[in-house]
Amino acid sequence: MRPQDILTPQPAGLCCKVGGFHIDPVRPVERAVITHGHSDHARAGHGAVLATRETLDMMRLRYGDNFARSTQAIAYGEELRLGDVTVKFHPAGHVLGSAQIAVTCENTRVVASGDYKDAPDPTCAPFEVVPCDVFITEATFGLPVFRHGDAADQVKKLLASVTLFPERAHLVGAYSLGKAQRVIALLRAAGYDAPIYLHGAMEKITNYYQSRGIDLGEVRPVKGMKKADLAGTVTLAPPSATSDVWTRRFPDPVTAFASGWMRVRARARQGGVELPLVISDHADWDGLTATIRATGAGEIWVTHGEGDALVHWCKTQGLAARPLALVGYGDEDSGEDETADEGGDA
Amino acid sequence: MNRFAELLDRLAYEPGRNNKLRLITNYFRVVEDPDRGYALAALTGALSFKHAKPGLIRDLIAERTDPTLFALSYDYVGDLSETVALMWPKATQSPPSPACGGGEESARHQSRLHNNPPPPTLSEVVTTLRTLGKTGMPQQLSRWLDDLDETGRWALLKLVTGAMRIGISARLAKTAAAALGGKDAHEVELIWPGLTPPYLDLFAWLEGRGEKPVNLDPAPFRPVMLAHAIEDTDFANLNPADYIAEWKWDGIRVQASSGRDAEGHVVTRLYSRSGEDITKSFPDLLPSLHLQDFLDSKLDDSRKPLHTFRHQASFAIDGELLVVREGRVQSFNVLQQRLNRKAVSPKLLKEYPIHLRAYDLLDDGEIDLRDLTFAERRERLTVFVARLDDPRVDLSPMIAFDSWETLAAARRDPASAGAGEDSGAVEGVMLKRRDALYLPGRPKGQWWKWKRDPHVIDAVLMYAQRGHGKRSSYYSDYTFGVWTGTEDDAQLVPVGKAYFGFTDEELLQIDRFVRRNTTEKFGPVREVVHEPDQGLVLEVAFEGLQRSSRHKSGVAMRFPRISRLRWDKPPREADRLETLEQLLKDPALSEASESGSD
Repeated sequence: MRPQDILTPQPAGLCCKVGGFHIDPVRPVERAVITHGHSDHARAGHGAVLATRETLDMMRLRYGDNFARSTQAIAYGEELRLGDVTVKFHPAGHVLGSAQIAVTCENTRVVASGDYKDAPDPTCAPFEVVPCDVFITEATFGLPVFRHGDAADQVKKLLASVTLFPERAHLVGAYSLGKAQRVIALLRAAGYDAPIYLHGAMEKITNYYQSRGIDLGEVRPVKGMKKADLAGTVTLAPPSATSDVWTRRFPDPVTAFASGWMRVRARARQGGVELPLVISDHADWDGLTATIRATGAGEIWVTHGEGDALVHWCKTQGLAARPLALVGYGDEDSGEDETADEGGDA
Repeated sequence: MNRFAELLDRLAYEPGRNNKLRLITNYFRVVEDPDRGYALAALTGALSFKHAKPGLIRDLIAERTDPTLFALSYDYVGDLSETVALMWPKATQSPPSPACGGGEESARHQSRLHNNPPPPTLSEVVTTLRTLGKTGMPQQLSRWLDDLDETGRWALLKLVTGAMRIGISARLAKTAAAALGGKDAHEVELIWPGLTPPYLDLFAWLEGRGEKPVNLDPAPFRPVMLAHAIEDTDFANLNPADYIAEWKWDGIRVQASSGRDAEGHVVTRLYSRSGEDITKSFPDLLPSLHLQDFLDSKLDDSRKPLHTFRHQASFAIDGELLVVREGRVQSFNVLQQRLNRKAVSPKLLKEYPIHLRAYDLLDDGEIDLRDLTFAERRERLTVFVARLDDPRVDLSPMIAFDSWETLAAARRDPASAGAGEDSGAVEGVMLKRRDALYLPGRPKGQWWKWKRDPHVIDAVLMYAQRGHGKRSSYYSDYTFGVWTGTEDDAQLVPVGKAYFGFTDEELLQIDRFVRRNTTEKFGPVREVVHEPDQGLVLEVAFEGLQRSSRHKSGVAMRFPRISRLRWDKPPREADRLETLEQLLKDPALSEASESGSD
């Protein structure tokens, strides 16, 4: 079977007709297979949902118990027959519970990787290379200017700033699901053992990470803290909250932002960021290109992000490549924006 | 180099002055000689390299990257140095193959498996850039770019192209150095002209390991004395008889300093109030400052500089730089044409003749006058200016007054009180205590400035933007406009931007208004409702007005600030553009034709 007959881009998302499901559909569908819990990939209102246990839990946390008519949890490495195809989940290294979905029909295997990173992350299972015929990749950081470097160095930079400005509060903007917990884990790994404070919108998901056995040390809600007591502390908040009236509760805050976009100065400055931290849950340029090669795929489909450069690169490497032009998926920081409004006054 | 790069990186994002200072001081504390000295040199603009140019960098990246990928990246990043710094391919053992964005994977493995050579130190970079010839430059630069990380490469390219653009003035860097030894910036400023990179003697002194460096500069800068703005309530405690009054000229504060070097040559320099050497911008003033005739006539007899006359080339005048045409002082707008020029053309010199109006003398060749009273210094200044006898240097006249009321009247109407045709360049009056010693900085109660009342208009708030630092969550930068067009079809046209003048309480009120009345968002900017019956009227005070082709309204304000919030006033009653255009015709306020022509 031709790969494009196994998975076909449709307005609702990637559709597998022969298997009777969509992957990460952006509109309500009968049967959805979901890669990870970010709100632009995991939406409410589908009939049946197949995902990892963590992804299902996260959807329940966000949308309530009735987010889908029925759900089925699947573990990494577990295989499932759906119609004429088999579906297998592999770790994507993006956030807790994130998966690549390998869809195999006869002798052809297509891997929809969702969002992924090949960099180490103490809060989720490491990315696994899945050999395949067609590799479907994101391209959020699909330009050779994006090289994230070692996240631990960025956390060192944050801690150096905390030492230098003990009377100021450090406010770290971070995506609520995944990034925030990774930054906390990185801070702990760097030996920072003071309590870490949380914006209200992050409490639930952070508690969930802890309930799944991820050690984040002592985290506290920032709500109810006295301004003066926040001097010298680190607080994590959704990106949009760091430029909001909410910041007035902090003593002379240093605004940091943990994101792959922080690599580009203009982008950091436009956002009023004083301490950019290049920490991303997406593969950087080197990660994207290395992964594409490692899969051995002869054909590459590029979903969302900076697709042009990556498609061009694939062609210079003798790989067939095309953009899928799927709409509805946000970049690293915009997907979870609604949390800031929920917790705007938290 | 990495630590310097970290510093630059951090400074580039830090909006607050005090925090910048702390970052720099901290750097000086932890980094050793001579690296920190070269960093100080870089921050004060004391470095330049002849053979390292931006074109070279463009060539280097073109050899190493796929042109399509480079174009897409440059388009996204928008800055050449940064694009190059970010996409510079990691070093591979084989020579880089042109037109190929690949090789990353092997580079990745290599960098994990092998120890890279240590990145160059800042001192290594600076000394090499200074000494290396043109031919060796490309190879050297690419070697460094291979060895450094992204931030290091960015900093290197900033250093090479000489365009730091990180919002650090030389003064700020010196202040940060001074803070290392708990010294005042003035002290560093005083000895600065005698220092050279990497400033080993300076740091030794600041750390208490060495003597204070002596400024051997024959024409040193002396830290200037500044005035406080006077408030209405201050007058009750002041006695008019204790003070001398002068016009406050709307020019550029300068210090003309002169002396003889070890070989007996006369050295004359002009300094800005912060101690920056601005001599090159005003070559036309130098002959007037050389005491040439006086010395030459004496030298004719003896054919060599006589010891007894040596001191007479040494002096330091404090005064105002002005443009004077046909005996008439021009406004600041005219003077502006002479400022921040790289090259000074003969045409510019002719059309904008420069003039020094002297108001203080700090040294007259005999003694350091700064320990004398102002009245005494003023006497010496009068003699000195007479001796110079040059039309380009004159004495700032005193204003006769016997009560604060008389002085207030003079301030209201300088033209009738002695300033005559020059009144357009008067921005108020200065009050100086007769017994005031010349003290650097802003000592209390010695000098006062009493500015003319500003001009005010009522304008309508149109756009607001968030501020930085402590104001980071507040909408504190305001674009305001006035009405134009016919009454039926009146429209607001932006005329300026202000971000201070309001109280903290008013800031909260405006911020709340902005948040509740946003009509559209453009990134960090919010458009705020501005209809005839809906909106916020701001009373805006400003010092001057100028025609401007860059602004849609055709006018640009000098020093605009919010003086009052007019919650009581409906936007339809705000001022019209014609009001401003009328002000343009007021000679006291502008020099429309000149400033618009360039």
